[in-house]
Amino acid sequence: MSAFNAIGEEREIDRDEFTPGVEPQPTWCPGCGDFGVLKSLKQALPEVGRTPEEVLTVTGIGCSGKLNSYLDTYGFHTIHGRSLPVARAAKLANPELEVIAAGGDGDGYGIGGNHWIHTARENHDITYIVFNNEIFGLTKGQTSPTSPKGHKSKTQPSGSAKTPLRPLSMSLNAGASYVARTAAVNPNQAKEIIAEAIEHDGFAHVDFLTQCPTWNKDARQYVPYIDVQESDDYDFDIHDRREAAEMMHETEDVLKDGTVLTGRYYVDDDRPSYQQEKTAVGEMPDEPLAERYFDDDAEWERSYDLLERHT
Amino acid sequence: MSDDELIWRIAGGSGDGIDSTSQNFAKALMRSGLDVFTHRHYPSRIRGGHTYVEIRAAADEVQSRGDGYNFLLSLGDSFARNPQEEAYYGNEEIKPLSENLDELREGGIIVYDEGLISEEDVEAINLEERAEENDWHVFPMDLRGLAKEHGREVMRNTAGVGVTAALLDMDLEHIENLMSDAMSDDILEANLEILHEAYETVNEEYEFEHDLRVPTGEHETEQALLSGSNAIAYGAIDGGCRFIAGYPMTPWTDVFTILTQNFPEMGGISEQVEDEIAAAALAVGASHAGVKAMSGSSGGGFALMSEPLGLAEMTETPLVLVESMRAGPSTGLPTKPEQADLEFVLYTSQGDSSRVVFAPGNIEEAYEQTRLAFDIAWEYQIPTIIIYDQKLSGENKNVDVEFFDREPEPGLGSTLTEEELKEAAHDVSGKFKRFNYEDAENNVAPRSLPGQKGGRYLATGNEHSPVGHIEEDPDNRVAQMTRRVEKLESIREELDEEHPSNQTYFGDETADYGIITWGSSHGAVAEAVERLNDDGHSVKGITVSDMMPFPEQEVTEFIESVDEAMVVEMNATAQFRGLIQKELGRFGEKLTSLLKYNGNPFEPAEVVEGYEVNLAEDDREPTAQVRIEPAAGD
Repeated sequence: MSAFNAIGEEREIDRDEFTPGVEPQPTWCPGCGDFGVLKSLKQALPEVGRTPEEVLTVTGIGCSGKLNSYLDTYGFHTIHGRSLPVARAAKLANPELEVIAAGGDGDGYGIGGNHWIHTARENHDITYIVFNNEIFGLTKGQTSPTSPKGHKSKTQPSGSAKTPLRPLSMSLNAGASYVARTAAVNPNQAKEIIAEAIEHDGFAHVDFLTQCPTWNKDARQYVPYIDVQESDDYDFDIHDRREAAEMMHETEDVLKDGTVLTGRYYVDDDRPSYQQEKTAVGEMPDEPLAERYFDDDAEWERSYDLLERHT
Repeated sequence: MSDDELIWRIAGGSGDGIDSTSQNFAKALMRSGLDVFTHRHYPSRIRGGHTYVEIRAAADEVQSRGDGYNFLLSLGDSFARNPQEEAYYGNEEIKPLSENLDELREGGIIVYDEGLISEEDVEAINLEERAEENDWHVFPMDLRGLAKEHGREVMRNTAGVGVTAALLDMDLEHIENLMSDAMSDDILEANLEILHEAYETVNEEYEFEHDLRVPTGEHETEQALLSGSNAIAYGAIDGGCRFIAGYPMTPWTDVFTILTQNFPEMGGISEQVEDEIAAAALAVGASHAGVKAMSGSSGGGFALMSEPLGLAEMTETPLVLVESMRAGPSTGLPTKPEQADLEFVLYTSQGDSSRVVFAPGNIEEAYEQTRLAFDIAWEYQIPTIIIYDQKLSGENKNVDVEFFDREPEPGLGSTLTEEELKEAAHDVSGKFKRFNYEDAENNVAPRSLPGQKGGRYLATGNEHSPVGHIEEDPDNRVAQMTRRVEKLESIREELDEEHPSNQTYFGDETADYGIITWGSSHGAVAEAVERLNDDGHSVKGITVSDMMPFPEQEVTEFIESVDEAMVVEMNATAQFRGLIQKELGRFGEKLTSLLKYNGNPFEPAEVVEGYEVNLAEDDREPTAQVRIEPAAGD
């Protein structure tokens, strides 16, 4: 008998299974874009055939960090900016788990920036959803790495002197093999992209635009938006790095001007995931390491056998 | 002090092969039946700069570096020859000779490489005069020339070993065997030629006027020569650890590298990551998913682990961290030992956080306590930390091979199987009560693993309800907090019942003067106590390994049984003495401190002197680079 019987279970999955039965009710503000992420995940997971118990959602801190409180999977609500290192190790320890990391723009692009770059570089097979509302929400409205230049907040009262970070371009340059942007105001696209990202074999980064009705009212956010794949004006090959880069650049330039482009920007199905690379150089065990602890027949090497080199 | 001991010091520049040569020579001495103990001194530089390794060898047990030494093999610093004359470090070729003379004992032997160290330089340091004063026997040899003649210049190490063996009247057999194991073909051939020619040259050209010979001894069982880092890595392997994540930093890198090299064959995973926050967070993630995981660093890197450490505490994710101390603050002395991170390790992280901290005192304890750290961490779902230092990390000592002959412990402690999960408590929506305080035995609430059927829950660094939801209810807060904090009491009980041996006692049981120490200072203190008792004093000692939870009972009994006690540790602020006083709430007037923080570990003689000065009851200061901090009220 396997130690992890919930993994790979084949049955009809109802999206309600992903909703906690009694508590807790979301504490997000009415009209918050975060509800959009929750909803699209609840729709996407049954669609890709994953049961709640084989999914591990790992979140950071902030409003986004509460995602897995309201999503009934295995969950790990970590600390500011650290969801990715926790998530990628869980995936290495048990590659059969579906590991989804989530965080906010402050959490993931700010304090967790270093981990983001390296997780993308290594192309870990996890999905990373960043709730991007261009503001620190839970700490009550400070300027975030994606807030526009000139943005006024309590911590930048004269207007931010900083150019906003370009998350899509950053991820592409760092090595992510799937980069997309979607928006809470576009639920159908969001569900499709999340499902695709989960099925993608490698680091899938979804920059998820989520409006903040409380702290970022002035932002001309996300309406109207254009799906880059569906518009004739933006014809490009999403498998081509250069074209994708160019498109991202354009998108990230115009975001603040009221035109919001969403959709898939880059998909590389050929790049091996980190786990595959690690297997190729002989650094990954063949079977999920976590399983081994439950295998009564496993032979555990012991240090005594290593002593020859010391005698 | 045993008269019948060899303390051989090989000195050169970093990059001159001092380490590898000494490893082999130490092993040869061990194979000839002696007990050996090595001490390594090196600068924070890749190439050049004065470095040495000392090997102490005797027929009886050696548990510390000695006082001074009696044989110097000075190779010269080959990397000090800088073609650019204006280079700031100038000519340091002589340093491996000149820097070491102060500690060479009377009657000692000096071999130096006149192929590298010039005659003028030697004259400039008045070697001849000093040799006469101290009855040193000086042997200038052209080791470099000899090596070049038969092979390559770098093989002058081998020539030096050949000269050493000849001067000590030592059989070449073990050295030859070790060379054959390590080299082959032309390289082996050349080295053997050099070894023999060096050996013969000494026998032909010199008359032996010195008394020093290699001691004779015999081991009844097979011995292994290994370092504290090896012991920690092996303790981890046998404790079931199969995941390690880290970022390089001296001296922690040793443990990291040893496990990384062994893991592929064992089906383990090693990850070198972007920083120490990530490293510890990865270990948390792997452990959460069901693998026994570890991470670690040295002080500066450990500082970054404060967050994931707290996360592990709050989410009750089992985890082992190692903290290999080097001298601080900040990046301090990167390659020198100190015991000054104790308070940092005990209290790192915000809130009322609890962790278990073990401080092994020698190689055997390093192995034992690492195994124990994994047991405790997974049984009690709490982070455990092994705190040790650059000294224990790098020193080598022979250990009976049979000591390691035991079964591994891969169990996941209080982790439930799916069968057990069926019986466990769930809430109305079917969520597993993973943080169930109501049925907790020993304050432990058993956990499930992601992917298990019926075990779904949320782990969070926020205060949480039994199923893991973020929860600010005061009753729940008190119940969860109390349970987590009281784990330490349950662990203390278990340690008292099953592992009282974590504290080591030595010396005269009836003595009314005590010496208390911790960690790697153990060896020097134990030897000092032995020496004091041999000289007619009555002293006893204790080395404490359990830093948290503190062995209150044991330490209280020890201090109560003496009139006065001296706490010996390598730091400037008496951190361990502070811990004793804090934990026991008294004894301030009974405890004197002997402190050393110059970057070098204690020598037994310094502890002996500290004792004598403390007892002298006058204003005398110790002559060595140690400091006496009197008892409160003195």
